[in-house]
Amino acid sequence: MPSSLLVVQILNGLQLGVLLFLIAAGLTLVFGVMDFINLAHGVQYMLGAYLAVAFYSLTGSFLAALILALAATLVFGLLLEFAIFRHLYDRDHLDHVIATFGIILFLNHGVKLVWGAAPLSLPMPELFSGSVKLADGLLYPVWRLVVIACGLLVAVLLYVLVAHTRIGMLVRAGANNAAMVSALGVNIRRLFMIVFGFGAMLAGFAGIMIAPILSVEPGMGDTVLILAFVVIVIGGIGSIRGAFLAALLIGLVDTLGRSFSVDILRLVMEPSPARTVGPAIASMLIYLLMAVVLYIRPSGLFPAKGR
Amino acid sequence: MRASLAASLPRPRGALPAGTLPAGIFLVLALLPIVALFTGGSYLVSLGSRVMIFAIAAVALDLLVGYGALISFGHAAFVGLGAYAVGILSAYGITDALVSLPVALAVSAAYAFLTGVVCLRTKGVYFIMITLAFGQMAFFTASSLAPFGGDDGLTIAARNTVAGFALLRNERAFYYVVLFCLLGTYLFCRALVASRFGRVVRGAKENPVRVATIGFDVYRFQLATYVIAGGLAGLAGFLLANATEFVSPAYMSWQRSGELIVMVLLGGLGSLDGAIIGAAAYLLTEEWLSGVTEHWKVIFGPVLVLIVLFARGGLLGLASALVRRLGRG
Amino acid sequence: MKRLVLLAAVAMSLGATGAQAQEKLKIGIIATLSGPPAVLGQQLRNGFNLAVKTLDGKLGGREVEIIVADDELKPDLAVTKVKALVERDKVEFVVGPIFSNVLAAIMKPVTEGGAILISPNAGTSNFAGKECNANFFVTSYQNDQVFAVSGKHAQDSGIKKVFLMAPNYQAGKDALAGFKAFFNGEIVDEVYVPLNQLDFSAELAKIAAAKPDAIYVFLPGGMGVNFVKQFRQAGLAATTTFLSTFTVDESTLPAQQDAALGFFGGANWAPDLDNPQNKAFVAAYEKEFGAVPATYAFQSYDAALLIDSAVRQVKGNVTDREALRAAMMKADFKSLRGNFKFNTNHYPIQDFYLVKVAKRPDGKFETQIVKKVFENYADPHAKDCAMK
Repeated sequence: MPSSLLVVQILNGLQLGVLLFLIAAGLTLVFGVMDFINLAHGVQYMLGAYLAVAFYSLTGSFLAALILALAATLVFGLLLEFAIFRHLYDRDHLDHVIATFGIILFLNHGVKLVWGAAPLSLPMPELFSGSVKLADGLLYPVWRLVVIACGLLVAVLLYVLVAHTRIGMLVRAGANNAAMVSALGVNIRRLFMIVFGFGAMLAGFAGIMIAPILSVEPGMGDTVLILAFVVIVIGGIGSIRGAFLAALLIGLVDTLGRSFSVDILRLVMEPSPARTVGPAIASMLIYLLMAVVLYIRPSGLFPAKGR
Repeated sequence: MRASLAASLPRPRGALPAGTLPAGIFLVLALLPIVALFTGGSYLVSLGSRVMIFAIAAVALDLLVGYGALISFGHAAFVGLGAYAVGILSAYGITDALVSLPVALAVSAAYAFLTGVVCLRTKGVYFIMITLAFGQMAFFTASSLAPFGGDDGLTIAARNTVAGFALLRNERAFYYVVLFCLLGTYLFCRALVASRFGRVVRGAKENPVRVATIGFDVYRFQLATYVIAGGLAGLAGFLLANATEFVSPAYMSWQRSGELIVMVLLGGLGSLDGAIIGAAAYLLTEEWLSGVTEHWKVIFGPVLVLIVLFARGGLLGLASALVRRLGRG
Repeated sequence: MKRLVLLAAVAMSLGATGAQAQEKLKIGIIATLSGPPAVLGQQLRNGFNLAVKTLDGKLGGREVEIIVADDELKPDLAVTKVKALVERDKVEFVVGPIFSNVLAAIMKPVTEGGAILISPNAGTSNFAGKECNANFFVTSYQNDQVFAVSGKHAQDSGIKKVFLMAPNYQAGKDALAGFKAFFNGEIVDEVYVPLNQLDFSAELAKIAAAKPDAIYVFLPGGMGVNFVKQFRQAGLAATTTFLSTFTVDESTLPAQQDAALGFFGGANWAPDLDNPQNKAFVAAYEKEFGAVPATYAFQSYDAALLIDSAVRQVKGNVTDREALRAAMMKADFKSLRGNFKFNTNHYPIQDFYLVKVAKRPDGKFETQIVKKVFENYADPHAKDCAMK
């Protein structure tokens, strides 16, 4: 394999990983702090993308669309929390699953009603729409590098927030033992609301950043949601650090697996079956990884609780 | 035995005698084809078969979710495996149910055993995720089976014969076969839940530590439940393949597993009658609403949310609350 | 006395046929109307409805009742829905589906249930050959044929090295096989991606490393939208010719826009096909639905015209299936694509073109005909079909 191909695939893997981290971060926080399974996180990602498209067609500026869409996603997340999820925190996980499943159904079809079923597109900001030459004849889109950079920046920001601020301390404490935090006199309701809103905004941000690369369509959040859950399970629920490492791991394993599975299989079998079995195995890789991790460490790599 | 059966399932005051509801359900199901004779058409009968097939899968899942508190997000995989057993054997010319059915049951039970061994080492949401993972693995494997249609699925030439007789090809006869299977599944699960085995599993749901202290190996009981649930789902898969004369990886998707969980919850957790009612309610609502408007999911989604928020205990819970309210006068 | 009875009998049978003629002709549409591919199902439904509207709500002189069912791309759900259409709603015709896996599932329930199935899109090889069915008609094409267009063009235009990519399902495999049937140059790589994969970063890196003269892809729906955008972003459009089928068409162009300019496709039609009935259709479709029609729309429009011509020929009496089928085989209608006739396996014999993406003066995107690649092309599987 030429090294340039490997370099590009590693970059692609990092980009996917960073995207997964943005989504998984909110998910793991909500799960860790509020013990709430939020399946609707995927549609929050989708909504971010759709809102960005809508605001772009109103304002014509990517930056304006980004800011407005972020604000709108935040508002929407807070609304969901206030109206529905708040009442479900003390119910068991199954109720969370069903309620958020209902929200998925509603929003997936709702966006179809509002924006139509055809895939939509968000143009990239002019400044970043070029490509950078990585090797002979191989151009890597600048925007993908921007996505990687933004993701890493958010990771650093989250780290600073969680490890070095008071609210971060409360979040960490809440992930460890929410009842105790409440007993210590902290307004746990407000904390939950902030965590939820922030998580929703992160998911929306991921959606907005990815919209110029992927098409914006109903149901775009569903596959990403499953991947995000795999990330937080491997990383350990409630742990941002775990989510970050697991996301990068999964991004790399998935991308490298998809690109090299057929080639690796061709070493041991005929090209024709290798071509169909390869993609199948590549799709299964992350699940196999998750099963192995859970077998060795049933609570993930860096669980927040009971540490 | 009778006394302990009744005693082990708590009855709300003023409720009808135990057994009325299931008796009612099965009576309605038994009479359906006769009603269909008058409304004309075998469509109602084939719809009824489909509802009952999913009810079998839902009852099996309720064993896990309702009684064992093991939320399996990969249950559809067992249904799919049972279906694929029928499909693949059929592609090789083996079309008798006397072979296909045991194979379907064995394959799904075996997969349940192998995956259960790994899954049951985890708890809570980790359990949910790992069952999902195994479900996805089954799904991707089926999608890559090029000789058996892969993603497109596999058409089955005809329904299975039973000991050489083309019994299942008659829509009405097939319906009663499915009904018989549902009744058998229901009675079996009911007996299981009321037995000592069932009490251990239910106890483990409440307080696993205490059960372990008494001396029961919770893990083995849970694994047994998991295998039984998987096998029963395989039965549903066998029937589904025969009903549609088609198998596809879509039978195993995680969305399908989610739908099964919704069916169980809709009817009311921890009540086998509820699983049947939930399956019927879900499928019939889907059927009715999709005829009304193409955008039915926009309505169905919020309905689910409302049910979760306000109708704790699902439809059965609602019904018994109503009965109590009326009883009080 | 005998004459009276005879007269009465004649009167009653006439009345019966007359009564049937007053009864609405029920037609079921099965298409994917939810999820990402919903736009295709919508085009199918819109095209059919437009035809019926243009014919004043009547096909073959009989008033029409259309029942629409959404298969949600779930084959077993599609089975339930078509059983409802055939057994409960008693439709005479079922028009659809979009996807070949749904077609495989519904073939038996529809045809054995007594209705006639007309596919305005899916056209797999098995139903053109060994599994051909008297009650099954296709107004689109046999998949291999459309894929062959790009292969022949690549061969004829001197392209030497090609990179192939398609989703990992039957239609995808048919696509690449169809291309290779006519292309004798070097296949640099043949890649099957999971269905509905949206991020092609891995595959694009492979393409760049392989440096082919051209790529040939079959990536329907959202897959195509994403790939085209990412392909252009990776800068590969400057060095590699883009050949495709169903990847850059009117259903995906609104999202792809400038990224797809100049890319090639192969089809049996394009909106700028120059005949009067097509021009009228495109104008009417744009006026009614605000979008440029794609093949899904025009083929279901043709399906409606086909039903219209056949029902007219049997004078509204569809119960005589032999006569109805014979009338359908005649295909005596003005197809939007010009030349149209059925082969013995009920698949069309028609012309195929190389098309190219262009931007219209009004800002909308469409595919335009570059040249005719096949004339009166019959699919290669007809010889395996038992029907003669």
